[in-house]
Amino acid sequence: MTDNRMKPVVRIENVGKRYRIGALHPGYLTFRELVGGALAAPWRRLRRAGEDARTFWALRGVNLQVRQGELVGIIGHNGAGKSTLLKILSRITRPTTGEVEIFGRVGSLLEVGTGFHPDLTGRENVYLSGAILGMRRAEIARKFDEIVAFSELEKFIDTTVKFYSSGMYVRLAFSVAAHLEPEILIMDEVLAVGDAAFQQKCLDKMREVRRAGRTVFFVSHNLPAVTRLCRRVVLLERGQVVADGEPQEVVNRYLSAGWRTGALREWGGADAPGDAAARLRSVRVRDEAGETAAALDIRRPFRIEVSFDVLESGRVPVAVVELANEEGTVVFGTRETGGEWRGRGRPAGRYTSAVTIPGNLLAEGSLVAHVSLVSHAPAAALHAHAPNAVAFQVVDRAGGDYEGPLPGVVRPLLEWATRLDAGGG
Amino acid sequence: MSLKTSDTTGRSLAPAPAPPTLQSAASTDDEGEARGPRVLVRSEESGVQLNLGDLWAYRELLYFLTWRDIKVRYKQTLMGALWVVIQPLATMLIAALVFGKFARLDSGPLPYPLFAYSGLLLWTFFSSGVTSGTYSLVSNSNLVTKVFFPRAFIPAAAVGAGLVDLAIASVLLVGLAAYYGVGLTPSLLLAPAFVALAALLALGAGMLVSALTVKYRDLRHALPFTMQFWMLASPVIYPTEIVPDGWRWLLYVNPLVGILEGFRAALAGTPVPWPLVAVSAAASVVALLVGYYVFRALEDTFADVI
Repeated sequence: MTDNRMKPVVRIENVGKRYRIGALHPGYLTFRELVGGALAAPWRRLRRAGEDARTFWALRGVNLQVRQGELVGIIGHNGAGKSTLLKILSRITRPTTGEVEIFGRVGSLLEVGTGFHPDLTGRENVYLSGAILGMRRAEIARKFDEIVAFSELEKFIDTTVKFYSSGMYVRLAFSVAAHLEPEILIMDEVLAVGDAAFQQKCLDKMREVRRAGRTVFFVSHNLPAVTRLCRRVVLLERGQVVADGEPQEVVNRYLSAGWRTGALREWGGADAPGDAAARLRSVRVRDEAGETAAALDIRRPFRIEVSFDVLESGRVPVAVVELANEEGTVVFGTRETGGEWRGRGRPAGRYTSAVTIPGNLLAEGSLVAHVSLVSHAPAAALHAHAPNAVAFQVVDRAGGDYEGPLPGVVRPLLEWATRLDAGGG
Repeated sequence: MSLKTSDTTGRSLAPAPAPPTLQSAASTDDEGEARGPRVLVRSEESGVQLNLGDLWAYRELLYFLTWRDIKVRYKQTLMGALWVVIQPLATMLIAALVFGKFARLDSGPLPYPLFAYSGLLLWTFFSSGVTSGTYSLVSNSNLVTKVFFPRAFIPAAAVGAGLVDLAIASVLLVGLAAYYGVGLTPSLLLAPAFVALAALLALGAGMLVSALTVKYRDLRHALPFTMQFWMLASPVIYPTEIVPDGWRWLLYVNPLVGILEGFRAALAGTPVPWPLVAVSAAASVVALLVGYYVFRALEDTFADVI
């Protein structure tokens, strides 16, 4: 009865987080603006401290209690407050209201390769990244051989990581992360991007962590994985907890609420996904005629256009588009592999990459596109990740070129040939 | 604002002071099942949390970040450590020509080249500590938005890495002293104390400037200019004796004066100007306290604005 498992290890009480949405520089002010603003209209600055149209609540009135050993899935649409909640739990940012009480060491994995430095060797990065993720030096030294063995990079461990392929880089980074043993683990699904084998490793690791009696928070759009792994799922909508309980029930509720994103997604200033090198600006679905469209004829090709800013000249960020269906199954992923900008260092500026998806390929239903910006040189980097960037419906208006419905996540129109091999006389 | 610190403690420390009602629950067979150290995250409205416990819990990270800064700086460089000598040396040579030879400034007991090099050594340490700490906080934005750790370690690591540069550049100082026949005196033992004061001042200023720069980006344009201004306002390449009587009070406004003059007095074995040193010591401590307080006050918003 007095078992620790009954006591919450994480207590979130009335947590709210308010962000300011500015006009010109949403994130930060310049000193000139501060001084100028203060001189011009002191009363306006005072008023700005309170409620007004330029603020919004990313989280509001969130209450959660999590017991030891629970694996809690957190789902919700983009902008529902999942990332903000994770950032508050991992102490990266402070809540505007309320408080969070945590018992135990928190390890947060919000991206792969946190703290990696391209100019250092694999060995050096294991130590650096381990220390940044919260491991002690003695602990890293003890687990070092195990970490290297897990990554299968024994031969290259003294090579500078900028010479690693992106696969090697991710393997080493994940292996450091996998050996982190915090009492409370916070994982973002960004960690689960990559090839299928890598995702599997990631999910296996989470099971292992749960078996060891640790507490895990797992944010994901991968609904099958959430349903499989978690016994408890929390659904966030517009910063509030709207459902908390049995996975299947919560997931169904989430699906029925629809994607809540349209065929066009634009980002303003600082809330645009991105980093110092590249930033997403907009994602748009255009039909064959070039119109922005949320409903597409199953037989006709359409385009997904990704506009982004390259902020650091010389980088080669390319757009990656992943289409997922209502079950969260990724139908396919595609990224820019040709064209005049292939492999060329890009001068800073605004770019638009468009991919054409042929007609008679996707199955009928609603689809969502996860969009990312990645580069592979000089170091593998994930610049931006916008899950559920745009959503659209593929509609079979007139029976298409098919005769009746077909099962499957794709519905390609394939060539069939039939010949008469032996006549009946 | 309240000055409460969070109750963060590391694993290696004594068990965290858990509320008494929970202590009776320690009936588990496995360390992994006991509830770990308690952290209470309060809202922004509850004021500045100093989180001094975090500094201790993460102390090893300070070492790693310093080590990273040093490693990265010397990798893939043609002449490696020579650069940290060349920079003050080149400035010393031109100053020796202009002020020592042409203007014939009287640099007191130390020959002018030694006088200027010792000043430039400390100045370079101080200014690069503040400057690289400031740039390093913004360039590490990927860390700041993705993982928790005491961010004050970023400017602190810049100062720590600067100490290594200082040690390397000191080799030439020793060489110059030997060349000019400046003897060893017991007062030389005081020299590290002035380096320590310079480090404290650089750390305080570095935390203050770096935190403000995250919030007000345009401050970074003011930094090179301010540093140049500060160098000219300090007796780095000229002796304090050239300051006219009516202006001497200015020496007491600038905390670097006591550090530079004290350091040179320690080298030359002349009497240490204690009143100036007292000003520097007090200013360094105040800078450290104010710097850390301002840094903490702004740190919690870094991830939101960087």
